[in-house]
Amino acid sequence: MKRSLDLDPVATIPAEHVEPATPSAPRLMTLNMGPQHPSTHGVLRIMLELEGETIRKAVPDIGFLHTGIEKQCEALNWQQVTPLTDRVDYLANLSNNLVYALAVEKLLQLEIPARAQWTRVMMAEFSRLNSHLVWLGTHAIDIGAMSVFFYCFREREEILRIMEMFSGQRMMTSYIRIGGLALELPRGWQEAVGKFVRTFPSKIDEYENLLDSNPIWKIRTQGVGFISLEDMLDMGVTGPMVRAAGLALDCRKTEPYSSYDKFDFKVPTRTENDVYSRYRVRLEEMRESTKLIQQAMEGMPEGPYLADAPHVVLPDREKMKTQMEALIYHFKIVTEGFRVPAGEVYQCVESPRGEIGYYVVSDGTTKPYRLHMRTPSFANLQCLGTLLKDILIADSIAALGSMDFVLGDTDR
Amino acid sequence: MPEGILETHQALGEITHIVDPAKIVEVCRHFKHEEQFNRLSAVTAVDWHPAEPRFEVVYHLHSTSANKRLRLKCRLASVKDGANPEIESVYSIWRSADWFEREVFDMFGIRFANHPNLQRILMPLDWEGHPLRKDYPVHGYKYSYPDQK
Repeated sequence: MKRSLDLDPVATIPAEHVEPATPSAPRLMTLNMGPQHPSTHGVLRIMLELEGETIRKAVPDIGFLHTGIEKQCEALNWQQVTPLTDRVDYLANLSNNLVYALAVEKLLQLEIPARAQWTRVMMAEFSRLNSHLVWLGTHAIDIGAMSVFFYCFREREEILRIMEMFSGQRMMTSYIRIGGLALELPRGWQEAVGKFVRTFPSKIDEYENLLDSNPIWKIRTQGVGFISLEDMLDMGVTGPMVRAAGLALDCRKTEPYSSYDKFDFKVPTRTENDVYSRYRVRLEEMRESTKLIQQAMEGMPEGPYLADAPHVVLPDREKMKTQMEALIYHFKIVTEGFRVPAGEVYQCVESPRGEIGYYVVSDGTTKPYRLHMRTPSFANLQCLGTLLKDILIADSIAALGSMDFVLGDTDR
Repeated sequence: MPEGILETHQALGEITHIVDPAKIVEVCRHFKHEEQFNRLSAVTAVDWHPAEPRFEVVYHLHSTSANKRLRLKCRLASVKDGANPEIESVYSIWRSADWFEREVFDMFGIRFANHPNLQRILMPLDWEGHPLRKDYPVHGYKYSYPDQK
């Protein structure tokens, strides 16, 4: 007797309704994946055309999280835009704060004090760790390794506590502002950061042991999800996916910003160009980020955390009580906002996902005339059709996870 | 310098070429094949309403081998009777132009000729209007007030 699994499901349909499959024209099935599929990490919808279990065509459908942030930015003044940039890529919010602040400071031609620059590096690396930890945990869950998630979120909690210590907020920190930082570094930050830096490398080894000694993880990831480097560059992909294909493309090295050139760190690359090598690249990046945080902590310069620009930066509360100019500047910045000279600038920053580029156009008023966010998730998702072509549907979950996209970052 | 570049500006360490919209594909092909700009980093647009020419389409090019960036801009005048302005697609040169140009079409209503699949990408397919145009309101919804259509 035949078991039910061996039966052709199409055989139960009356024969006159079924077109026979031929080798030249195989029978294709269209499957709708998402927008609420758990492995799409948000609301991504993919239309798959399947031949058996093999994907022949994958068409992503995005826009479910579109909130019109670019349009809203045009109605707010320059400083008010900062909290919105947090909400673009909610896992790496400080990279978004940083790129916006750098772009506007370039237009204003502001000189940022060393202490603020080094703190920016430290916080941007914390947000990279935060993002990679969420990625590693959820990617492992997608593939079936449940426990890694709990280990990753244990360390993420420590990072969120440090973020809260610095800014008062766990996730939407808005800590990096135009002209410097939101707040002076909190009392006792060296102990909190030092404790984290001392313990975290052993935690990375722990994740590595958990996953690399798991044969299922290796079988599910090695040799899966290949896409050629030429295709990726042509389709605008950046970040760990390109680095896992052997190209050390990293804005922190090639176009250093915010004193990254004064730090000693490596850009990890691999050449296998599969899901496993993307995992290795991100794991090494976590190690490098920890080193960067340690260097920033040990070499933190003394000095002010805000630029010497009274027309941009809010004055000290004490000065407002004694100096007329400070009070006038405070009134002007709060009521109207500061003016930014007319011009345009494209600033890029290496986020955990790749190149974030903000194209800022000013017409000399207190509001951005145009702010275009070139987000890495949007550009990286373009290669989805090529990445998923001709692989098994089960492997598509691993391949999707290895891209590490955030749908808020995609749809803006 | 290829034919079709009208002006060149340099400000804040960034180079901008203003390109004749009719020559954009030739200019892009030159920069990709002769000057190693192997990546198209972003495509966007700026609406200078009510000034004319109304739209600027902005291309950000990146060369990974020479570590250089370049900005190309095309100025497009608005078309009478509310029709959409049109420019040639650069999809044949960089495939990343696919979604970038769809986004510009969605948000600004600029059509890209010879684009393989020019339809809305972020807004719903049946949406009316192009949100990032300056004459599109920031707040409110067109059916908020029943007596207004």
